[in-house]
Amino acid sequence: MSSEADPIDGGRRHFLLVATTVTGIAGAALTAVPFLASWRPSARAQALGAPVEADISKLEPGAVLKVNWRGQAIYIVRRTPEMLATLSSPEVKSNLRDPDSEESAQPDYAKNDVRSLKPEILVLVGVCTHLGCAPLDRFAPKDVELGANWPGGFYCPCHGSKFDLAGRVFKDVPAPLNLPVPPYRFLNDNVVQIGTDAEVA
Amino acid sequence: MSVTLENSGARKSSWMTSLVDWIDQRFPMTRFIKEHATEYYAPKNFNFWYYFGSLALVVLVIQIVTGIFLTMNYKPSAAEAFASVEYIMRDVEWGWLIRYMHSTGASAFFIVVYLHMFRGLMYGSYKNPRELVWIFGMLIYLCLMAEAFFGYLLPWGNMSYWGAQVIVSLFGAIPGIGESLVEWIRGDYYISDITLNRFFALHVIALPLALVFLVIAHIFALHEVGSNNPDGIEIKKLKGPDGHPVDGIPFHPYYTVKDLVGFIVFAAAFACVVFFAPEMGGYFLEHANFEPANPLQTPEHIAPVWYFTPFYAILRAVPNKLLGVVLMGLAVLAFVFLPWLDRSKVKSIRYRGWLFKTFLFAFAISFLALGFLGLQPATPVYTNAARIFAVIYFAFFILMPWYTRVDKTKPVPDRVTYHAH
Repeated sequence: MSSEADPIDGGRRHFLLVATTVTGIAGAALTAVPFLASWRPSARAQALGAPVEADISKLEPGAVLKVNWRGQAIYIVRRTPEMLATLSSPEVKSNLRDPDSEESAQPDYAKNDVRSLKPEILVLVGVCTHLGCAPLDRFAPKDVELGANWPGGFYCPCHGSKFDLAGRVFKDVPAPLNLPVPPYRFLNDNVVQIGTDAEVA
Repeated sequence: MSVTLENSGARKSSWMTSLVDWIDQRFPMTRFIKEHATEYYAPKNFNFWYYFGSLALVVLVIQIVTGIFLTMNYKPSAAEAFASVEYIMRDVEWGWLIRYMHSTGASAFFIVVYLHMFRGLMYGSYKNPRELVWIFGMLIYLCLMAEAFFGYLLPWGNMSYWGAQVIVSLFGAIPGIGESLVEWIRGDYYISDITLNRFFALHVIALPLALVFLVIAHIFALHEVGSNNPDGIEIKKLKGPDGHPVDGIPFHPYYTVKDLVGFIVFAAAFACVVFFAPEMGGYFLEHANFEPANPLQTPEHIAPVWYFTPFYAILRAVPNKLLGVVLMGLAVLAFVFLPWLDRSKVKSIRYRGWLFKTFLFAFAISFLALGFLGLQPATPVYTNAARIFAVIYFAFFILMPWYTRVDKTKPVPDRVTYHAH
């Protein structure tokens, strides 16, 4: 024990203060990790997010089938030739925000003019890219509410976002991006599996 | 006879005094009562607008008490939540009353708080030296919004579900980390049982705790600097020979009695809503919420509860997701900066010029108009109207340093007055 006459070593006090404070903060930050990580999807939630299959043999042309994958509605539409024709019409394409899906989310095998593996079968995540509402199907052209120029597509009732028959977003609506295409593949001609990627040669 | 009474009175009072002494030696009870009630001097010219602070406290107590009793029967799971609310409404004795008090209390809280905030705007209660009173108040307001949002998911109705979906998705607009942040908040790939369970924990423990602490900080900060008043005069500047402000009166009994009158009027109105119009035509309890949550079916028209609609209208009015979210956040946070945006020499609207009065009036109108528009479907006409009102809303804040400086103010008297504006 040093005598009381010893002067206070300010430098050592400062060093000890900084060292203990930094160690304490680091310890507190590390302690926070388990608590923050506990908010991530649990093992059970991840298992429940496994792929689902949909039988499309009874899906009529021009009709939509909705299946539930990870709590999201997946829209499967069997498009008619007339519906497919609207996708390439310059009148529609010039009004799209992202006509070539450059910014939007889809697997590479669906990054094409019709945004699908097979042109007639459209698979989309039915979650508006604005704020997550479920867009309604308004496939008939010249809609009463949406106007005489409406080519047919999806309409979000929450904030008025509009999408064409490939889920591509129109200009001047709140949604920034096209409706996402989930990973999917055809197990055979009649069964689509959502949640696994197609192997495209 | 009278002697006996006197004696027993004296004996009781000495017994009481010694108990109080015993406590005061161990805990600052008497000092605390003096500092915050019997010797807290408040300006003697408080008017109608000064009811809403104490009423906010009353509603906080209503919400905490009814909330505790609701948790005794509510089940925070996706499978049981909706049915357990119906069970409370139908089978629990007086359960309907407790739940309607809680749901009406939520709207009452925002009515009272918005009026309380508007009082602050009118009389410059945010200005030096009350900046921290104002900031604690704003933190209370933010907590209150979060508390209302988390609470709204709990009945697990379809509007609960899609409202939560929309608000949680807002965080997805943050570039880079947005999507993983949203997944982290939900704890799942969609709003699920997991999300409901954690929102319940935040609603019944985390946020009420934060709210209570912030309310204490708000009141402590207020009692440190003293209350403002409709004249915006610092009563502490003019003290009598007894050392108390000449324009001040003790909070207790003068304002406790006055606030009691306000409470009775409030309680009567509150009871009318609870008993005769608990849904308030779909504004306090939305009709779409009487259906259980359905992740695959969005309600035809999603609108948040009325107290969020001014900000929601701003969000919808912007045709860019990130910018919409940023502007909505700024619309809420702008209030925090008022103490530094306001450059006027006077506090109260009574001594301000026509410029400030015009801007405050336009702001109040735009807030109400945005609130109305946020409830309506997003048609082009309404969207354009919302854009105009959003511009006025922000102009109130952005132009404030200019118009408060050039505005022609009137001289402020030394003593408080009693005339109307």
